[in-house]
Amino acid sequence: MKKVLLLILLFINLLFFAQTDSSFVKRTPADTSKLKMNMDAVYNRPFLTMGKFPVAVGGYVEANSSYFGTDGVTEGLSFQIPRLTIFLSSTIKKRIKFLSEIEFEEGGKEINIEFASMDIELHPLLNLRGGVIMNPIGAFNQNHDGPKWEFISRPFSATTIIPSTWSNVGFGLFGKYAKSNLIWAYEAYLTNGFDDKIISNTQGRTWLPESKKNPERFEESFNGVPLVTTKTAIRHRKVGEIGVSWMGGVYNKFEEDGLVLDKQRRIDLYAIDLNTALPKINTYINGEWVWAFVDVPGTYSQAFGNKLQGGFLDIVQPVLKRKILGWENSTLNFAFRTEYVDYNVGSFNETQTNIADHIVTIVPGISFRPSQQTVIRFNYRYHWQTDLLGNPASRTAGFQFGFSTYF
Amino acid sequence: MLPKRRILYFISIVLLSLAACKKLLPKAPQEDELLDGPIEGLTPEQKIQFLAGDVAFNEDIFTAQNGLGPYFVANSCGSCHAGDGKGHLFTTLVRFGQSDTNGNTYLTKGGPQLQNRAIPGYAPEQIPEGASFSKFTPPANTGLGFLEALTDAQILANADPLDANGDGISGVPNYVHPPNYFQPKAHHLISNGRYVGRFGKKAAAIDLWHQTVNAYVQDMGVTSEYASSEPAINGIVGPYGDNTPDPEIPSSTVQNVIFYLRTLKTPVQRDQNNSNVIAGKNIFKNIGCEKCHIADWKTNKADIDALSYKEFHPYTDLLLHDMGAALNDNYTEGIAKTAEWKTPALWGLGLSKNSQGGKYFLMHDGRATSINDAIMLHGGEGENSKNKYQDLSQNEKDDLIKFLESL
Repeated sequence: MKKVLLLILLFINLLFFAQTDSSFVKRTPADTSKLKMNMDAVYNRPFLTMGKFPVAVGGYVEANSSYFGTDGVTEGLSFQIPRLTIFLSSTIKKRIKFLSEIEFEEGGKEINIEFASMDIELHPLLNLRGGVIMNPIGAFNQNHDGPKWEFISRPFSATTIIPSTWSNVGFGLFGKYAKSNLIWAYEAYLTNGFDDKIISNTQGRTWLPESKKNPERFEESFNGVPLVTTKTAIRHRKVGEIGVSWMGGVYNKFEEDGLVLDKQRRIDLYAIDLNTALPKINTYINGEWVWAFVDVPGTYSQAFGNKLQGGFLDIVQPVLKRKILGWENSTLNFAFRTEYVDYNVGSFNETQTNIADHIVTIVPGISFRPSQQTVIRFNYRYHWQTDLLGNPASRTAGFQFGFSTYF
Repeated sequence: MLPKRRILYFISIVLLSLAACKKLLPKAPQEDELLDGPIEGLTPEQKIQFLAGDVAFNEDIFTAQNGLGPYFVANSCGSCHAGDGKGHLFTTLVRFGQSDTNGNTYLTKGGPQLQNRAIPGYAPEQIPEGASFSKFTPPANTGLGFLEALTDAQILANADPLDANGDGISGVPNYVHPPNYFQPKAHHLISNGRYVGRFGKKAAAIDLWHQTVNAYVQDMGVTSEYASSEPAINGIVGPYGDNTPDPEIPSSTVQNVIFYLRTLKTPVQRDQNNSNVIAGKNIFKNIGCEKCHIADWKTNKADIDALSYKEFHPYTDLLLHDMGAALNDNYTEGIAKTAEWKTPALWGLGLSKNSQGGKYFLMHDGRATSINDAIMLHGGEGENSKNKYQDLSQNEKDDLIKFLESL
């Protein structure tokens, strides 16, 4: 582990050195043309190319401090480095590309290959992708880089219902078609998927992120049934983008050594995402909503919901866009996020009363971008969490301050 | 405006924000609104054990991988006792057996408790044909250490099996066979190999050790050194086990939870000086409720100093009373007859809704959804008091209920 971290530090030093030597290094900025869609997020990042190396590198880091309290009890001030991510991309041959994304979470506690796939373009409408891919469910899962967001914490719905970053080994197709102001895109993949830990976990609720703890999914499918993920999205150059997606498969081990142990139990997620910028005032609006349906055995605990739903809506208003503190074209934004997640939609068999288990969150914030690649953020976060029974909500609030930057 | 001045303004705003930090965090609920928390006077070592028990009780969630089931009622202690308060019908458990006091003849058929849920792949238990049964809603945990610290002699002092004083109230202890790990204290009195029970709806558990071990194995299917076998299921002794080696939790966890239960504080009465509450308290005495729901008790020397020589007000006599035909479930435990129930403690009654999802579920099986309903279900030895309650004016009834809700 220490060796890995040492290599990472050397690598980052090299990047910073490289940035000072413009003869050696050339920055390829993120493509900000309006042709780009959420599905392009993995390539829509700033990269550095070094000399004649055929490889472009990049990455981002996030660091923040937080001060939170729950119902009058505070854990005090703490500091985090939630993630450090490194990208490597290479154009192997014209229309054959490779990109990998390796993420170090919580100071190296977890190291994940979030993306490592080869793309072969047969036609703009027909591309093959294979390797470790990010399942295109919703928008956040594919477009999650810290520097792109004005909020320090990731949305609950996008991390605990859609377990972003949710990536798996598999293959599939994607393509785009543009005409006039409209662009239409699709993606369809078969990958390994979930396992039965989603209803057998120490969260005590249906918890899809539990499957991320199973590293075996990068080697073999838990039950031999592929997880299917499809998404279609349409973007109008002047209006915005809307996407609908579905991800479904079987999560349980229904058969082993030829013995049938249970029926096939499905998990299906449906998501809708949208983003737009209001003309003239440039208010940026971005949202996502997901519904998850899980076939939980009727003889199991009702604490494990068979329907979950949630989403978030972000509104970002630039209020200053000019030279600030010597930085050209820097931006000061006001931002507001509202979130809702319900981990158990339904009612108790015994009382026919509502099963709660939900969280409501609001996050006002200010962000300052000295450049588009770097964001300094200050958030105030308040959420109300109601237990399964619907007892008075537990209230958590706190302040977060931090930065996120591509390097 | 000069840049320096702007920066000073900015720094001032940041400092003011930091100073206001705590004001923007959620406040702690009032002490009298909470049921959880330790008793006063614990030593630092005892506080550490309390916290360990708190974690085990409220945060340990069992799964198929760490010992849950395979047959169970709930997957954690906290799921039955949210905030250490009364439970919801969702985790009501079912006990089955016989209607006579000769001992449970269904022990080899899965008695005394129904495990009505199972991990995936297992079929939950069914009530055997011919068995009678009763439903038990989880009680509150508060102040249990004080009740445990009472001597048997103190409890027996209120027993009146032959109704010698002719008030229509007999009050008898339940005598139960001790489990093999039971360690009698000096205050325990033995009678024909049995000891006085004081915990559970029919006072079938002698002490919190007995109660806790039973809850782990019968409610959650979690074995310990004290109960090392999974309960019989569907007539199978030594049923299909899980893959977790027994014992599934260490003795230290059981002991920490017992210590936690022993050192939970007593509920704090609210609105004690309110004139309606005071009037209601007098009515409570005048119509004879306090003959069974005894308010004032005092502990003697206990092995935890903080429990020694303390006055407390649980509103129970810990004795069994015949509650009449409406509450006769035709099921018994120990020597308790089918219509006999231990007088439940009334402290914390007014906070029950905060742990029962906003509604009352009162009496042993939660069938009463208001305090009025609960009073009206009293029969047998409670008949006289119920009749007197019915004769009260509406204002007097309201005062009585206001008093009960203040507890």
